Amino acid sequence: MKNSDNKAGKVRNYHGVRWDEPIIMEMGQHGQRGFVPSPLEDRVIEKVGDPMDLLPSGLKREQEPALPELGQMQVLRHFLRLSQETLGADLCIDLGQGTCTMKYSPKINEALVSSPKMSELHPYQDEETVQGILEITYQLEQYLKELSGMDKFSFQGSSGTQAIYANVSVIRKYFLDRGETGRNEIITTILSHPGNPGAAATAGYKVITLMPDESGLPDLEALKAAVSEKTAALLITNPEDTGIFNDRISEFTDIVHQAGGLCCYDHANANGLMGIVRAVDMGFDLCHYNLHKSFSSPHGSHGPGAGAQGVTEKLAKYLPVPTVEFDGKKYCLSYDRPDSIGKIRKFYGVPPVFVRAYAYIRSLGPDGLKLAALLSILNNNYLLKKLLQVPGLSCPMAEGRQRIEQARLSWAELKETTGIGTDCINRRIIDYGLQTYFTSHHPWIIPEPFTPEPPESYSKDDLDEYAAVLERVAREAYSDPDLVRDAPHNSAISLIDVEPLMDLERFACTWRSFLKKNRQA
Amino acid sequence: MKREHDVASAHPYMPTGAPEIRAEMLKEVGADTLEDLVSDIPEKFRFRGKMNIPEPLLSESDLKRHVESIMVRNISCADYTSFLGAGCYRHYVPAVCDEINSRAEFLTAYVGDTYSDHGKMQAFFEYCSLMAELLEMDVVSYTTFDGGQAACSALRMALKITGRKKLLVPATINPEVLSQLRDYSGHLAEIITIDRHPETAGMELEVLDRELDNQTAAVYIENPSYLGFLELNAGKISDLAHSRGALFVVGADPISLGVITPPATYGADIVCGDIQSLGLHMHYGGGCAGYIATPDEERFIASYPTYIYGITRARDDSGFGWGRALNWRTSHGSREKANEYMGTAAGLWAITAAVYLALMGPQGMKETGATILARTEYARRILGEIKGVRSNLIRAPHFREVVVNFDNTGCSTAAVNRSLLGHGIFGGKDLSGDFPWLGQSALYCFTEATTADDIDRLAEALDQILNSREGN
Repeated sequence: MKNSDNKAGKVRNYHGVRWDEPIIMEMGQHGQRGFVPSPLEDRVIEKVGDPMDLLPSGLKREQEPALPELGQMQVLRHFLRLSQETLGADLCIDLGQGTCTMKYSPKINEALVSSPKMSELHPYQDEETVQGILEITYQLEQYLKELSGMDKFSFQGSSGTQAIYANVSVIRKYFLDRGETGRNEIITTILSHPGNPGAAATAGYKVITLMPDESGLPDLEALKAAVSEKTAALLITNPEDTGIFNDRISEFTDIVHQAGGLCCYDHANANGLMGIVRAVDMGFDLCHYNLHKSFSSPHGSHGPGAGAQGVTEKLAKYLPVPTVEFDGKKYCLSYDRPDSIGKIRKFYGVPPVFVRAYAYIRSLGPDGLKLAALLSILNNNYLLKKLLQVPGLSCPMAEGRQRIEQARLSWAELKETTGIGTDCINRRIIDYGLQTYFTSHHPWIIPEPFTPEPPESYSKDDLDEYAAVLERVAREAYSDPDLVRDAPHNSAISLIDVEPLMDLERFACTWRSFLKKNRQA
Repeated sequence: MKREHDVASAHPYMPTGAPEIRAEMLKEVGADTLEDLVSDIPEKFRFRGKMNIPEPLLSESDLKRHVESIMVRNISCADYTSFLGAGCYRHYVPAVCDEINSRAEFLTAYVGDTYSDHGKMQAFFEYCSLMAELLEMDVVSYTTFDGGQAACSALRMALKITGRKKLLVPATINPEVLSQLRDYSGHLAEIITIDRHPETAGMELEVLDRELDNQTAAVYIENPSYLGFLELNAGKISDLAHSRGALFVVGADPISLGVITPPATYGADIVCGDIQSLGLHMHYGGGCAGYIATPDEERFIASYPTYIYGITRARDDSGFGWGRALNWRTSHGSREKANEYMGTAAGLWAITAAVYLALMGPQGMKETGATILARTEYARRILGEIKGVRSNLIRAPHFREVVVNFDNTGCSTAAVNRSLLGHGIFGGKDLSGDFPWLGQSALYCFTEATTADDIDRLAEALDQILNSREGN
């Protein structure tokens, strides 16, 4: 392929890095060092003697840990090579990870949080000395209140699911205070994130799951049948992972409220709705945002993120302790919260993420946030139009309904014709320099799923290239199915044997364990 | 000339906002305006007001100036000398740690796995492998949200494995972790705090013996403890727990394990804790991440709630590969039937901790641990020499943290800390609220990054505050 072919709408002649890098446990040689800690002062040794003598024999480590011994450059090089074998969103068109909102994470925000004014703050410093970070946290809360219509936020959750969990905990405390301890059921939908049923069950609730009806939306009749005096809450996403806005949502919240339950909005899929709709106007009592999704904080190889938990006034007193307050002059951390559920994480969550989210919101302003939402929908609909021309790919549910910021597609037709399903396609697109896409949470309601979500950061050229790769790979599935089935071919690793990942006998998640099991074998 | 910003101009983060491109794309999807794209959303839900959010700072330089003008009001532990610990620590962070965790590849990756993020998967496996050597445990989880969550999940695992309903924890437990635990498992288990020994502050064995029954799922200790002392009876507590069929769960900071024996050697079944000490900045508490480790036994493995990355080989034998293993355990794999919920954890911090342990090696970990032990003891003695100050309330060896008591000085801890600020010093965490039996005490922290000069300066400042009537 000529370079000149590598333009918008064309697929690129990609080849990933393959360093064939050894496991670090096998690297190095005795006596090498990557770091020397600060040595002890003579006067310290004079005063306390040999530090190891301070330990009673039963607590003294006798055997050195079998850590590798490497020079500093060798450690650096090793991990740099591993980084090169990782397709971060900064490097590729990473718009296939639906529900994840892989938007651009602005570099200026990284510069802001790497300052010692952020990184070297201790959580128990005197409040006078942390007025800056408290102000940012407080202002961010005001912005999220504007976006959601909620009355109070806590940022203690370090992920979206931890914020869901915190919301469930608030719900539990609310009913406990009211003496309604019989409310031991939580209702959710099959197309809401599995963190909803997961968090509800963790907090001790029985979970009832609603399936979609033929419209693609959760079954309203099933909800009517499910609610009772046992209902504590409805946990629901809107749009669900299908990208279809649930226009009956207030009927859902009304039914639950009439049964005496609360309504909790999993707002992880918020990017298409910023400034368009507010949680409170759909009847929700609680919601959460993932600050590492719609509000641009980088996903960090799966965290740390932040889950912002928002509630209406009647639930505000239950939020985790402490909250950030402002008396018009000074910001402070309020621990005087007798009704609080307590702590769900040490300290206050992941504050650098608050700074990034704050900076992101300030860089867009109110109209910009709404524009971001609308452009993410434009990008999604544009991409969809292109993808629906790809042979073997369809958008099965609720034909003709608008999709918001993402859509759940299906390779069922391709699978039937060629035997090539979504997992094979997903491996093959790596050969064209794309990150894998999100298929679906389990269970697969739509067969052979594929859930793209192209946020507003992606250009038209990006969208064209993405669609062109999918088109190319689909055509390969018809013409040369083995090529797709055995992919990837141009990545750091080729097809693996998955058996050891599923078989307890062969399972190993550390080198130490792997060596033991393979010595035995 | 004033440049008007409106939604018609292209924002640097939103390329398809450019008017001509936007128009072309709208035409392609058969819409006249952006608003047409949301016509499925009923009007009754539409927000038609104006959000009270400040107008945008479009230029990066303005944004930077603005945010920095707020953040500059923070006084950090780089500005002052800090003796704060209590669950978040200022250890030295080697430059290579920051270099690796700011790499765009790692920083902006997410849930890609085996094939697209091979290097990330290897780094996770190496993190677990390095931790496993430090802990002498064969199974180490992927990160949890923080060390408190790790303790909560470790104890939840114990409840599940034993089918029992009682958890015994020390009276000196980190109060934040206890609060987390009560929220997380208070509905499933009775959580009982075991009194401290009056001199060593460790678990009072007689009380433990009395409370341990056939409904006890686990005995949990922290070693080093929240208050810095070492639990001298760890082996006896383990034996007692096991003799009643309970599991022994230990919270341990891995930074201590270069010199302190890993909990597995004195009988721990599950070990957990925070990895923030391993190459991570404090970030106002945001640098925390948890770990859980166990032996390689099915009862333990099946009860883990987190992702676990297993090792395998390429089919063409071209090398190792990794994948999420035994996923039915997680809420991603089985929704409400899972062990617990899970979510975005702290992958970047796992990679950072791997870099840290690889840099340190056995020698670095041992020297770091020894330095912390020595500086802690040095500080304990120096501070104890100040008139009215007591640093020997707890008669046991200490690692990194020491309770410093001001009862005999007539000053409150809060007053001392306020005065110390004037000396450019963050004094220890005030313990008077959480631990009334300690009176006016503070928890002072001394890491390998705290020099003897820092400690001497603290002693001088305290002496001046307490004994020259500067304080009140």
